[in-house]
Amino acid sequence: MTPAIFSQSLQTYLLVSTAMFSIGIFGLLARRNLVAILISLELILNSASINFLAFNKFSMPNKVAGQVFVVFIIALAAAEVCIALSLVLLLYRKKDSINIEEVKELKG
Amino acid sequence: MTLGAALMAVWLKNVFYNALSLIVCLFGVACLFIYLNSEFLAIIEVIVYIGAISIAIIFAIMLSRPMFQKNESRNLGKILRSLLIAGFLFIGITRTLRATQWPVVSVEGDYSMKAMGRAFLTTSLLPFEVVSLVLLVAIVGALFILSGKNAK
Repeated sequence: MTPAIFSQSLQTYLLVSTAMFSIGIFGLLARRNLVAILISLELILNSASINFLAFNKFSMPNKVAGQVFVVFIIALAAAEVCIALSLVLLLYRKKDSINIEEVKELKG
Repeated sequence: MTLGAALMAVWLKNVFYNALSLIVCLFGVACLFIYLNSEFLAIIEVIVYIGAISIAIIFAIMLSRPMFQKNESRNLGKILRSLLIAGFLFIGITRTLRATQWPVVSVEGDYSMKAMGRAFLTTSLLPFEVVSLVLLVAIVGALFILSGKNAK
């Protein structure tokens, strides 16, 4: 995945994950479709996982801790997507749309 | 490739293409995990993210038809503002990254699945159980939200 000009260093991974995080933030702010926002959230969580594993590889004496943490991140992401998608489907049934600008009141 | 797919995942107008490029991006992330010596997590990434989460997202897209067909309109000012915020974040974090000396302790170590399993059942037993409980609650909650009483 990394071109030959980049060395296998911690900084490269951090750079990649920073770029992914920024892309996720951009998508979070710019999109108005709920599912697209969910996809951006996935990108952010994945950039966090890359960060955890990079630090785990390069600057942790105990190589297990980071991996355990990433497993928890993946499990929580799965739970979050499960809930969010059910909310999206409910919203679609009620409102016929998933544009977040049209969801203004709390007590539907 | 990962970053290109990530860009496509947020930029394209059709949500279906977003989901497809998310799959490509997650595959790239799994390859990065292999580079980072954690093959088990790469496998988990492919199974859970690509196999479960992306499929669930695609199902949701297919189930709500207008989202699948209609492209959303764009608001240029909003996009510019988001681009500004994301760009500032990226530049700031990158400059910090360049300015810091990162210590490298060692690359060698025990990356094996065996050590991970042992850690799950000894040092991090409590978070492990809590995560399983959270998953259960999430599933029950999702079913409750979508159950007939709530939906009209």
